[in-house]
Amino acid sequence: MNGRRLFAIAYKETLQVCRDPRSLAIALLMPLLQMALLGYGVSLDIKNVSLCVYDQENSQTSRDLTSRFVASGWFEAVHALDSDRAIRQAIDRGTCIGALVIPVTFTKSMSSAGKANIQTIFDGTDANTTNIATGYAKGVIAEALTDFKNRWAQAHGLQPDAIGQIDLQLRVWFNAGLESRNFIIPGVVAVILAAVGAQLTSLTISREWERGTMEQLISTPVTAFEVMLGKLVPYFVIALIDAAFCLLVTIFWFQVPFRGSVTTLVMTTALFAVVVLGIGYLLSVRIRSQLGASQIALILTMLPTTMLSGYTFPIDQMPAPVRAVTFLVYARYYVSILRSIFLKGSSLADLAGPLLGLVIFATVIAYLAAIAFRKRLD
Amino acid sequence: MDNLDPTPSAPTVQMQGLTKRFGTFVAVDDLDLTITKGEIVGFIGPNGAGKSTTLRMLCGLLRPSAGSAFVAGYDVARHPEDVRAHIGYMSQKFSLYSDLTVRENLQFFGGMYHVPRREMASRMAQAIATAGLEGREDALVATLAGGWKQRLALGCAILHRPPVLFLDEPTSGVEPEARRHFWDMIHNLAGSGVTILVSTHYMDEAEYCNRIALINAGKLVALGSPGELRGRELGGELFEISCNMLGAGLAKLRQAPGVIDAAIFGDKLHVLLRDSATAIGLPLLLSQGGIIAGSPNRISASLEDVFVQLVSRGHVEGAHP
Amino acid sequence: MIGAATDIAVHVQGLIRRFGSLSAVSNVNLDIARGEIFGLVGPDGAGKTTIMRVLAGVLRPNAGTVTIEGIDVVSMPELAKSQISYMPQRFGLYEDLTVAENIFFYGELFSVPRAIRRERTGALVDAAGLRGFERRLAGQLSGGMKQKLGLICALIHTPKVLLLDEPTTGVDPVSRRDFWAILYGLREEGVTIILSTAYMDEAERCSRLALVSGGEIHHCDTPAKLKQAMPGALLAVSADNPRAARDALVGAPGVLGLLLMGDRVNVRVDDADMREPELRERLAGRAIPVMAITPVEPAIEDVFVALLGKERRDG
Repeated sequence: MNGRRLFAIAYKETLQVCRDPRSLAIALLMPLLQMALLGYGVSLDIKNVSLCVYDQENSQTSRDLTSRFVASGWFEAVHALDSDRAIRQAIDRGTCIGALVIPVTFTKSMSSAGKANIQTIFDGTDANTTNIATGYAKGVIAEALTDFKNRWAQAHGLQPDAIGQIDLQLRVWFNAGLESRNFIIPGVVAVILAAVGAQLTSLTISREWERGTMEQLISTPVTAFEVMLGKLVPYFVIALIDAAFCLLVTIFWFQVPFRGSVTTLVMTTALFAVVVLGIGYLLSVRIRSQLGASQIALILTMLPTTMLSGYTFPIDQMPAPVRAVTFLVYARYYVSILRSIFLKGSSLADLAGPLLGLVIFATVIAYLAAIAFRKRLD
Repeated sequence: MDNLDPTPSAPTVQMQGLTKRFGTFVAVDDLDLTITKGEIVGFIGPNGAGKSTTLRMLCGLLRPSAGSAFVAGYDVARHPEDVRAHIGYMSQKFSLYSDLTVRENLQFFGGMYHVPRREMASRMAQAIATAGLEGREDALVATLAGGWKQRLALGCAILHRPPVLFLDEPTSGVEPEARRHFWDMIHNLAGSGVTILVSTHYMDEAEYCNRIALINAGKLVALGSPGELRGRELGGELFEISCNMLGAGLAKLRQAPGVIDAAIFGDKLHVLLRDSATAIGLPLLLSQGGIIAGSPNRISASLEDVFVQLVSRGHVEGAHP
Repeated sequence: MIGAATDIAVHVQGLIRRFGSLSAVSNVNLDIARGEIFGLVGPDGAGKTTIMRVLAGVLRPNAGTVTIEGIDVVSMPELAKSQISYMPQRFGLYEDLTVAENIFFYGELFSVPRAIRRERTGALVDAAGLRGFERRLAGQLSGGMKQKLGLICALIHTPKVLLLDEPTTGVDPVSRRDFWAILYGLREEGVTIILSTAYMDEAERCSRLALVSGGEIHHCDTPAKLKQAMPGALLAVSADNPRAARDALVGAPGVLGLLLMGDRVNVRVDDADMREPELRERLAGRAIPVMAITPVEPAIEDVFVALLGKERRDG
């Protein structure tokens, strides 16, 4: 081995890396981005679980109990409800993860050595969160009871033994067995579609540029719209076939319960496909190298879909600024819709929120794709 | 033969039965060629004829399937590293790093070829001066025009003063004035004893070489000086004749007796006659078809004409009939 | 002689195109008659491809007008494209499709009626020597055959104007002849052909030439007239030691230029008849054996160098 030649090669390589913006971005920007994201954005802690409260009694004591849940820091009271139906709706819509039901006979039971039935109902879709949240709920109730026995009793001049029991009924809806796979696998479909869909279309226009066939194509009478549609239709069909395959495997092989409507599923999947295919296509138009386009496609699809769509890390648990960013993560809407359709059997009305998000994305991306490709070299 | 023979006309590149096969495909077929010191020899032939493969074997990058080759006295199959230390290689389109400056390119190649450190400064200055790049040492190569890049590439290839120089498509697409300037430099190098092998598909470039090896489909089709090839290989006399209906005129001539071949060229017809005496009768022949023609002129053949004739006749240099 | 083609098929006036601060094409004016084979000749970077791209309607000029068969290409590029066929330097062959599939694709793009497409395909495939290769993947064809297939795809509809950007780069001489035979056949049918090339020898095959350098057109005329315009005449001095001959002739009276070739020196003199014996004498006087001194017709490259002079500095 020759030291001088070795140095010559290393020196040349250094010069070239420093002059190549893409290499520099990967070397310096990526680590920064990843650290920020992983450091601040994602966490496995569960806090501020959204809780709706149906306080049938609405007394000082019941409000005291409610405030304990909030004060613990684990829960966040988001809504006051007034009926069982309202609970059903709130959990169906995803307005809250859990509901606390305090009976009208709470104070009476507490002060007369009776049994107060407190119910907590949790949305079992996210098995992980639910598991932890139920633990918290038990903890809060236990502490409350102890406190009632001491302070409260004294304040009301009662004997500790005269304080009643709190019987905490924990109910889990939709995923009674709390199987995490019912929660994870529907989300996988989104990840797969996002990655594959965007990758496929990210190559289409850039491949023609790279191979040199584009210049001749744009010199013919074909219109830009015909090119776009003609190129995307095959990929749309492939994407739907892929999705169908994944969904069938999810239902029949992995036995994830499917409680919703097939039409809704097909419609929302088609919308999502439009979004991811469109993103890949836009990249393909902008970036004239196949490698470049597919690399960026991967970054723009896999990264947000796995990290920020609620697939791995619950969105509720992210700090507010990161949560705001997730509104831009198109996969978030589809993941949420998938889980709701599968486990909750949600209707279109229930899905209004995420569905709107998906429709907006699909419209914007479709419009951008239609105007992006110009039959010009400059 | 392990050392460079110092006698003036000693062969510096020798190929004997050089063959390269890729599976069943024969890329280079039984090449015999000897090049003496200070000669400029051109490997001329279309893309895919086997020129690049032959060049790679001579650089020690590919092992011959059969036959042998010696460059600067070293066996390319057994001592490829020694071969590479004694040759310069220049490819106009691929040698230089466009994201490095003129100076950085020269430094890099100086380092790769072990140019003695004390010589580097003076040789770099010389390369820059010959290329006409004084004042632009810190310019990125990407900003230079073709002619300049080409002279710089040549400068990089000879930093280590090799006795043998290989040029791969050295001047395609370059301005004619720059090409002539470049070839002046090549002739000067040859004059100082460097042996030069040029590989190109550009027939015109062949005229600058002392001898030409016409290559087609891996075989040596003809070997000789440009004048020799143009003179002897055509197999006929070439004439040009103008007429008012080129398409009809072409058809008529093709069927005429004594005509080996005819083609349209620009606004005239080129016709290859077995015997120049036939030329005088052509206008009359054409008028019988209602075509008005001028009198024919003798013209000299281009190397391309020669090549086409040789290839269509299936000629192979030195082959036994 | 070509039949009188007095109609102007392509008209370019005041064409300017810049890329950033670089002026790729400045003030180009061209009038190309119907049925001409017009050549844009010049080295890489001269601006030929830029001019072709503007003519093809895939690049907008910064200034100037371009009219093809009466249609304003700048304001109505899509309409113009139905009259044009463009074969760029990197032409649009799909290597993963067969010969037949490529031809079908372009036929459909130009909405060529099926019967006509079949007939034209047959004729073109035969003319190009590709019969029997219809099922071969385009990527598996040789360079020359790819070029010919590219031409077929460009001709599957009948364009009025054919634009070819460096169509025979790297093509073997035999295929190049076939290619030009097709072009001459098209000329007989009245198609206007504009091609660009860096091969000076190819320029000789055109009806008229424009010498392009540095983004400008410097001379425009038939090959014959351009050669006449070159000052002086060419004499080829064949010698065993051409280098010595060249050195001996430096500074000789009446010598306008010296070009050292492999086995001769091309000498450009002001008057051939007068100078020839003088050269002989001079060389004999320096004991340089000469095999022959013959007058030669200048090549387009000689004309280019004589008329255009110094090379540009920057790329």
